[in-house]
Amino acid sequence: MLRLFGPLIAPIVGLGFIAALVLAILTTSWEAEPPTAAHHFHLAPKPLHLASDGPLGKFDRQQLQRGFQVYKEVCSACHSARLVAFRDLQEIGFTNPEVKAIAKNWATEVPSVNPETGEPATRKALASDYIPSPYANETAARAANNNALPPDLSLITKARHGGAAYVHSLLTGYQNPPAELLEKFPDAKPSGTLHYNPYFANLNIAMPPPLAADGQVTYADGTKATIDQMAQDVSAFLVWTAEPKLENRHRTGIAVLIFLLIATTLAYMSYQNIWADRKH
Amino acid sequence: MSFPWAQHYAPKHPVTQWLDERLPLPRLVYNAVGAGYPVPRNLNYFWNFGVLAGAALGIQIITGIILAMHYAANGAIAFDSVESIMRDVNSGWLLRYAHANGASFFFIVVYLHIFRGLYYGSYKAPREMVWLLGVVIFLLMMATAFMGYVLPWGQMSFWGAQVITGFFSAIPVVGDPIRIWLLGGFAPDNAALNRFFSLHYLLPFVIAGVIILHIWSLHIPGSNNPTGVDVKGPQDTVPFHPYYTAKDGFGLGVFLIAFSTLLFFAPNLLGHPDNYIPANPLSTPAHIVPEWYFLPFYAILKAFTFNFLWIPAKLWGVMAMFGSILLLFFLPWIDSSPVRSTNYRPLYRWFFWMLVADVLALGYLGQAEPSTFVVFASQVCAAYYFAHFLIILPIVSRIERPLPLPNSITESVLHGEKAEAAPFGTQTA
Ligand code: HEC
Ligand code: HEM
Repeated sequence: MLRLFGPLIAPIVGLGFIAALVLAILTTSWEAEPPTAAHHFHLAPKPLHLASDGPLGKFDRQQLQRGFQVYKEVCSACHSARLVAFRDLQEIGFTNPEVKAIAKNWATEVPSVNPETGEPATRKALASDYIPSPYANETAARAANNNALPPDLSLITKARHGGAAYVHSLLTGYQNPPAELLEKFPDAKPSGTLHYNPYFANLNIAMPPPLAADGQVTYADGTKATIDQMAQDVSAFLVWTAEPKLENRHRTGIAVLIFLLIATTLAYMSYQNIWADRKH
Repeated sequence: MSFPWAQHYAPKHPVTQWLDERLPLPRLVYNAVGAGYPVPRNLNYFWNFGVLAGAALGIQIITGIILAMHYAANGAIAFDSVESIMRDVNSGWLLRYAHANGASFFFIVVYLHIFRGLYYGSYKAPREMVWLLGVVIFLLMMATAFMGYVLPWGQMSFWGAQVITGFFSAIPVVGDPIRIWLLGGFAPDNAALNRFFSLHYLLPFVIAGVIILHIWSLHIPGSNNPTGVDVKGPQDTVPFHPYYTAKDGFGLGVFLIAFSTLLFFAPNLLGHPDNYIPANPLSTPAHIVPEWYFLPFYAILKAFTFNFLWIPAKLWGVMAMFGSILLLFFLPWIDSSPVRSTNYRPLYRWFFWMLVADVLALGYLGQAEPSTFVVFASQVCAAYYFAHFLIILPIVSRIERPLPLPNSITESVLHGEKAEAAPFGTQTA
């Protein structure tokens, strides 16, 4: 039986699969696929350089604090960051009292229970709370955003191709649809509640331009709050929310590599030494 | 075990003697990976990958067991429990990234290990059983990796599980009931997540068991070597320890350097961003792709678009995808050439490299955005894959005139033809 496999069974089975494929090829219709607007007008993110890039990258804490300020004053009106607790903000340089104050003054309160009646209630956030969503639930979020859902931002720089560069480009990419687009793809014209943004996958995003004017926030450290600056800062902040252990990872990595390089060199020398008397 | 001149275990210390008479475990180790196992002296670096695969399995088991202490297999909290590992568990980020990238490195070394076997004819007599057990390991690895990828319960986890379990519904009549039975529901949910976790924990130990059989069966004939010529006498071999333990130690160092570089400096490079979005049964990702190590098989699956012989295209695709792996079981009998090493097979050598290029191309096509051209190219490459194993190989192995083989391993080493022992040797005569 096995001896028949090579000369007989294998070729028959193989020819079956190959025939199915050849027929599929022969019946392929080579009509050009209709081009889509996204194919022509979608742009890859602009390069963005952050202090956390590269194997030795560290966070620029000043920038993260500015980015947090943008998140707090602008984005948090629509986006949660549910994996980040207020107390975590100490890692980017806020003091314990500052964190407590940030939590207490947060625009949305966190859900709780009225201790007397047991009815659902809300209370001021504590340092140990996670950054709450501005909406009670998904339905409320959609109702407030023309049926679009603002995603949680905690992991956004890891959940999109291009990461922080994508967020930066998206925030600074709002523009009027090019005349060529309207001419070639009249259907691609953003409808009433959508906004043209060539960095967004389908070109039309439901988020209104969140950073609309220079000086929208006032930075305590005197940095000029241009739209681009704010976009960079909040992108850097969102790198931290997605990967708070990044610095630790880089530091550990360097130490591990140094150790491994030494160990591997020694292993190589011992290998050469042991084999020295053997031709191979 | 394998050769009469193998060194014998002779414990000198009374304690080891006492142990040897009662439980000869040190003797077993000595004969398996110690001085008691004679190995051809001319193995090149491609023989490191078996040990590296073992190391990768060890890394997966250790990191996996600790991850399981913190992971919660429940659809409502699985995603957040993984994020909590990344943020709150001490060195949790290290464990998780090591486990995720460890899976990739496991496949990298096993693919190199398999292609080493293909190139040097290690699947041929008398090592067929080693090869067969290897293919069993490969299948178990694929099942384990698939179920592991479902556990973080991100978008790709969910939709990957949806697509892969959907293969079963291609089976006529009984397909859908089987799929529902396997998943424990109509779509992946808690029931599926729990059984996947249970099996994902179990299978690595099954793999470890099959590896023991794999090595046991290898040690009957002993290792193959780059010339493919049988060991003829003691001068052809060296004891595994210290010769190959030293060489494998160096190889392990290089492996760990490559692994650490990815793990610490680009841990998400091989992953898909969508898996950082929690699973959402109501929102299908624009482009569902499996992990990179499944891409060639995924491309084969998608290449079948024609309902041929009353069999629907989807079923052809599923059969072909499984067939593309299962045919490896028959390889020792498909390739009837008595010459093992491709160094001495001037005709087959070309087809070997064509196959490598074909599999790489299939991998690329597996993740490409589908277009008419991509589908066409996948069809050509998939057809070539089957043609290679099922048509070209039986013919080539019959008509080829191999180059003259060296008389012995030692002769090949000593008359200075380093090229013969070199990987993919370049000598012509
Ligand atoms: C007025 C409410 C609102 C504000 C303020 C807002 N967003 Fe959004 N955002 C949305 C909505 C709605 C969406 C969903 C868009 C869609 O799916 O079309 C969204 C989507 C996004 C996305 C995801 C885009 C994608 O690829 O899916 C990012 C990133 C984002 N917002 C970042 C920000 C940042 C950073 C800020 C603060 C500077 C901000 N948003 C402020 C409403 C808002
Ligand atoms: C978990 C995965 C695996 C582990 C840990 C493993 C381990 C090993 C080890 C330690 C060796 C001896 C050293 C060497 O020759 O490299 C070996 C040999 C071998 N393995 Fe594997 N293996 C694995 C998977 C596979 C797979 C998937 C295949 C093929 C489909 C395979 C085929 C072979 C063959 C043919 C040999 C003999 C090689 C020779 O003597 O030339 N192995 N394996």
